[in-house]
Amino acid sequence: MRILVIAINTFKEAIRDKILYNLLFFALLMIGTSLLLATLTVGEQSKIIIDIGLASINIFGVLIAIFLGIGLISKEIEKRTIYNILSKPMPRYQFLIGKYIGLLLTIAVNTTIMGIGLYIVLAINELQWGHSILNVNPDIWKAIYLILIELMVVTAIALMFSTFSSSSSLSAIFTIALYIIGHLTEDIRLIGEKLQSVTLKGVINLIYYLLPNLDNFNVKGRVVYGIEISPIYLSLVTLYGLFYISIVLLLSGMIFQKRDFK
Amino acid sequence: MHPTVIKTENLTKVFKIGFRGRRVTALRNLNLEVKEGEIFGFLGPNGAGKTTTIKMLIGLIYPTNGKAWILGRELGDVEIKKRIGFLPEQPYFYDYLSSKEFLKFYGQLFGLERDELKERIDTLLTMVGLKDAADLQLRKFSKGMLQRIGIAQALINHPDLIILDEPMSGLDPIGRKEIRDLILRLKEEGKTIFFSTHIIPDVEMVCDRVGILMKGELVNVGKPTEIIDAKIKYIEIIVSDINQEILIHGKAMGFTICETGGQVSIKLPDENQLDFMLEMIRSGKGRIVSVVPQRETLEEFFLKKTGERIS
Repeated sequence: MRILVIAINTFKEAIRDKILYNLLFFALLMIGTSLLLATLTVGEQSKIIIDIGLASINIFGVLIAIFLGIGLISKEIEKRTIYNILSKPMPRYQFLIGKYIGLLLTIAVNTTIMGIGLYIVLAINELQWGHSILNVNPDIWKAIYLILIELMVVTAIALMFSTFSSSSSLSAIFTIALYIIGHLTEDIRLIGEKLQSVTLKGVINLIYYLLPNLDNFNVKGRVVYGIEISPIYLSLVTLYGLFYISIVLLLSGMIFQKRDFK
Repeated sequence: MHPTVIKTENLTKVFKIGFRGRRVTALRNLNLEVKEGEIFGFLGPNGAGKTTTIKMLIGLIYPTNGKAWILGRELGDVEIKKRIGFLPEQPYFYDYLSSKEFLKFYGQLFGLERDELKERIDTLLTMVGLKDAADLQLRKFSKGMLQRIGIAQALINHPDLIILDEPMSGLDPIGRKEIRDLILRLKEEGKTIFFSTHIIPDVEMVCDRVGILMKGELVNVGKPTEIIDAKIKYIEIIVSDINQEILIHGKAMGFTICETGGQVSIKLPDENQLDFMLEMIRSGKGRIVSVVPQRETLEEFFLKKTGERIS
C-alpha cells in the first residue's frame, strides 16, 4: 500500500516536471517529421517512417528514463526531502520500489503516447496512398513493447547509480555509458572468442554476462523488413529483462539500506 | 514515575569524511532519558551533534556504537515510527504538492483512512493557520508557512512523541511565539516533545528539562533555571530628546553612549545603576524608548561553559 502511495506521488512529480513535456514534444516532432522525410523516397515510405519513428521512441524514452531515473533518489537526497519520508513507518526498500514503479508508470504512459503518435503518422501515410489503415504494420507494437522492457532495465540501472552517487551528473554519465556498452555486448563476446588466454577469455565472458545485453530488446530492423518476431522470443527476452531488473533492484536496495543520510 | 520515552546508552556516531576516510566523532557516548509528557530541549551550538542525534533516533543514520530505545523499542523498529511525529531541520518538502495533497500523502503513508484523513487535514490546516492556503503549492510558501505545514505533517498520525529539529530557526518573533504556544498545547495533550535549538530563550520559556550538547558530548542535563545561567551583560536604554548635560554626566560615570538618528543608546554595565539613570533621564525630560537587558549570546555562554570544563 505504501509502495503505491510513493509510486503515485512519483508519477505526480514526473508529470509536473517540464523536462518530460519537452522530451515528449521533440519525440512527437521527430515522428511527425518522418512523414516529410518519407516523401523523399519512392515506394518505401512506411519503412522509413517506422525506422525513424521507432528510433525516436527509443532515444527519447531512454532520455526520459535516464534524466528522471537518476533524479529519483539523488534529487531526494540533494533536496533533503528524503529525511522526512524515511522518518515515516516505511522500510527503505519500499520507498525504493515505490519510486521505481512511479517512474515506470510515467515511462509506460509516455511510450504509449509516442507509440500512438507513430501509429497515427503511419495511418496518415497509408491514407495518403489510398490504402486502408489496416495496412499499418502491427509488429510496431511488439517493437515498442520491447523498447519499454529495455527502458525498465535502463531505469533500474539509473536508480541503482542514484542510490549511492550523490551527484546527478555522475549518475547520468554512468548510466549513459552502461546503455551504450549494453548495446555493444555482442562485440565484447566476439573479442572474447578471438582471445587465446583462457583467463582473459573467462574475464571477458564474465563481463559479457554482467552487462545488460540491451541489443536483445532491439527488433526495430526486423519490424522494418517484415521479419517475424515469435512470441517465444518476446517471452524469453521479457524474462531476461525482468531477471536483470530484479538483480539490479536487489543490489540498489542493499546499498540504500546501509546508507547514512547525513 | 513516568515511563521513559527516549533512552540512549553510550550512543556514538563517527563519520568518515573524504576519500581518505578521516574520522570525525559527531556524537560521543550520549546517555539520555526523556520521560513521558516532558518537553525536552536539546541545546547546543551549530555542529554540536544535535541533528546527528535526532537522525539516529529517526533512523536516517546508524549509530557507530551504543544503543537507543524509543517508546520501549530498540532503534531500527519501523513500526514504532507510527507513534512518532518528526519535523526535519529546515523544512524540505515536495514543493510541487499543495498543502492538502502534501498532508494527504503523509497521512496515507501512515495508513490513515480516507474520511479520517480528510477530517485530520482540515483540523491541522486550521490549527496551523493555513486553511486559506489549502490548495496552494508549497513552492509558493514563505519560510514561516513551510515551518507550519511541516508541523502539521508531523502531527498527522496523532503521535505520542514529537521530535522537532530546530523548529524555530528562521522565524520572526511572532512565528517563534506561535511555535512555543503550540509546543505547550501539545504538552497539555499529554505528548512528549523533544526539540533541538541553539537559542537560549526558546528553551527557557517552554522546556521542563534541557540537555546541553557541546562538541558531541552531553555536558549538562536539568531544569533550565538550574543550568542556564546566562548572565545579563549590560542594560541598554534607548532614549530620545535627551539633553546633552545628562549625556556628559553619563559618560563621566563610565556608561557607553552612542547617538544615532536622534536617538541615543546608553549601555549600563550594572543593573543597580538603572533606577538612577532612569530618574536622571526623566528629570531632563528625555523620552525613554526602551530598556532591554542584554544577555550573553549563546556563543559566549558556551565559550564560558567550555572554559569552565577545561579548567
